[in-house]
Amino acid sequence: MDKRKIEENFFKGMMILSTLIVIASLLVVLIVLLFKGVPALNLSMLTQTPRGGYYLGKEGGILNAIVGSLYLACGATVIAFAMSLPTALYLNEYAKRSKLTSFTRQSLDILWSVPSIIYGVFGYTIMIYLGMRASLLGGIIALTLLELPIMIRAMDEVIMMIPPKLKEASYALGATKLETTLNVIARQALPGILMAIMLALGRAIGDAASVLFTAGYTDHIPRSLFDPAASLPLAVFFQLGTPFPEVQQRAYASGAILLVIVLSVSIASRLLAKRAMKYVIR
Amino acid sequence: MNTRRLKDLVASKIMFSAAILSSLIVLITALALFYRSIPILKTQSLSDLFLSSSWHPWREEFGFYPFIMGTLWVTALAMVLSIPISLLTSIYLAEYAPSKVRGIIKPMMDLLAGIPSVVYGLWGVLVVVPLIREYVAPLAGVITTGYTVLAGGIVLAIMVFPIIISVSEEVIRAVPRETREASMALGATKWQTVKHVVIRSSLPGIIAAIILGFGRAFGETMAVLMVVGNVPKAPSSLYDPAYPLPALIANNYGEMMSIPLYDSALLLAALILLLTVLLFSVIAEIILVRIKRRYSLG
Repeated sequence: MDKRKIEENFFKGMMILSTLIVIASLLVVLIVLLFKGVPALNLSMLTQTPRGGYYLGKEGGILNAIVGSLYLACGATVIAFAMSLPTALYLNEYAKRSKLTSFTRQSLDILWSVPSIIYGVFGYTIMIYLGMRASLLGGIIALTLLELPIMIRAMDEVIMMIPPKLKEASYALGATKLETTLNVIARQALPGILMAIMLALGRAIGDAASVLFTAGYTDHIPRSLFDPAASLPLAVFFQLGTPFPEVQQRAYASGAILLVIVLSVSIASRLLAKRAMKYVIR
Repeated sequence: MNTRRLKDLVASKIMFSAAILSSLIVLITALALFYRSIPILKTQSLSDLFLSSSWHPWREEFGFYPFIMGTLWVTALAMVLSIPISLLTSIYLAEYAPSKVRGIIKPMMDLLAGIPSVVYGLWGVLVVVPLIREYVAPLAGVITTGYTVLAGGIVLAIMVFPIIISVSEEVIRAVPRETREASMALGATKWQTVKHVVIRSSLPGIIAAIILGFGRAFGETMAVLMVVGNVPKAPSSLYDPAYPLPALIANNYGEMMSIPLYDSALLLAALILLLTVLLFSVIAEIILVRIKRRYSLG
């Protein structure tokens, strides 16, 4: 009898310990990054592009990377959204429960697990084939591939949960499938759709491996889709790779900026979803 | 009325093509990578590619062995560190934790999953690498820069936590409550119930969770690249540097186009990576689909 109690308590203790380790690792990552990054941060880092000799420790900032990352991620999110919403709606409303829908879902789940470097390599081979150089457009395409499975499956999950009664009411009023889908389903799923968009946006901003070859890196803010574009994750990576402590300090600061952006996207998604709840019939 | 019908028809066709297009991406990617790696597969035998340690692109020698071993060492270590902690955490969250605690921890898991890999890499360089150099390696009597398999494994283990935890928590919670009650009614303690009943019936799902985590660890690029040292030699201990496949691709692809086969070799590396990850995620997917079917029917 006693032995069972001891075993019970031992494993419960181990579980709590493990949970604490997981939480602690999150906190340690956040705290170290903010403590190391924020002191190295100054206004010119946020408002200037790199000047001559920036990577030797001279004046300038990483505005090029901040703007580049936003361009890349927003561009990819727009394209991914344009493909995801129809796909998710199709899977749930148009296609009958068939081999095709389950095949699509499964291949998206599998696509989800594909390492982002593969998207980078694949994107780049396509770009060489088309005779393109590393550019904003190339980066956007690679990030779109990264975002698609995340966004579609997240939207799919929420649309799946919509009670069929709502649709039936709309059909009973004589609405077509498209009208029902757009006016009832899309609206009902709005909070979830917004969360899905923000989730994918956050991933895209933080991903380095897929833009490494496709978007390149530059000290300028891109002026067209065919200019190369810098990005924050790569700014962290390249600055850390220099042998100068001043520049490495800036890598910490860039990391903190990236972390703050990603965290605010995640918080914003919760707030947006809450606001959108007013369109939802409960 | 007719325009409404027409709109409906056009929309359904558009949605259908979007669905088809997005489900074909994996296939297209694999085919493109395969097509581009044909040149190297034609000139070198598979055993040379996979078992040779000689990586000298300018002499057209492409032995992937050190890189494959590097990937396996780092991934295996990450899994060894991550599996027990993740499983205990997910059992705690699913079976023991009060819903309030779960409500706090779940968003934290989302945060952990959302942190960019470069940030993990940076953290590894700032914390894990010096820790190994100053404290851990001297304890073991080894002198190292700290950029080691161990550093890569630790950073990866943390990155894999949220995947294993969230998937396995879900499958554990999916075990019907009656199953637990039956065991409790026989006088089993909570842990006995978990050990003999809950884990046993959710085992396939837990395995799927582990496989998904493995796939993530296997293909993770930037974070590992930053802490693992990148020396093209098969590691023989935790304190050796390693050079995993994704790091090889990231460091070299797009640069050395002057050597004709180099490009093809790196694309072959990408193909190996993709096929391995695909294999694992297909297995995980099959297991998870089976579980879903069982619970929705039963």
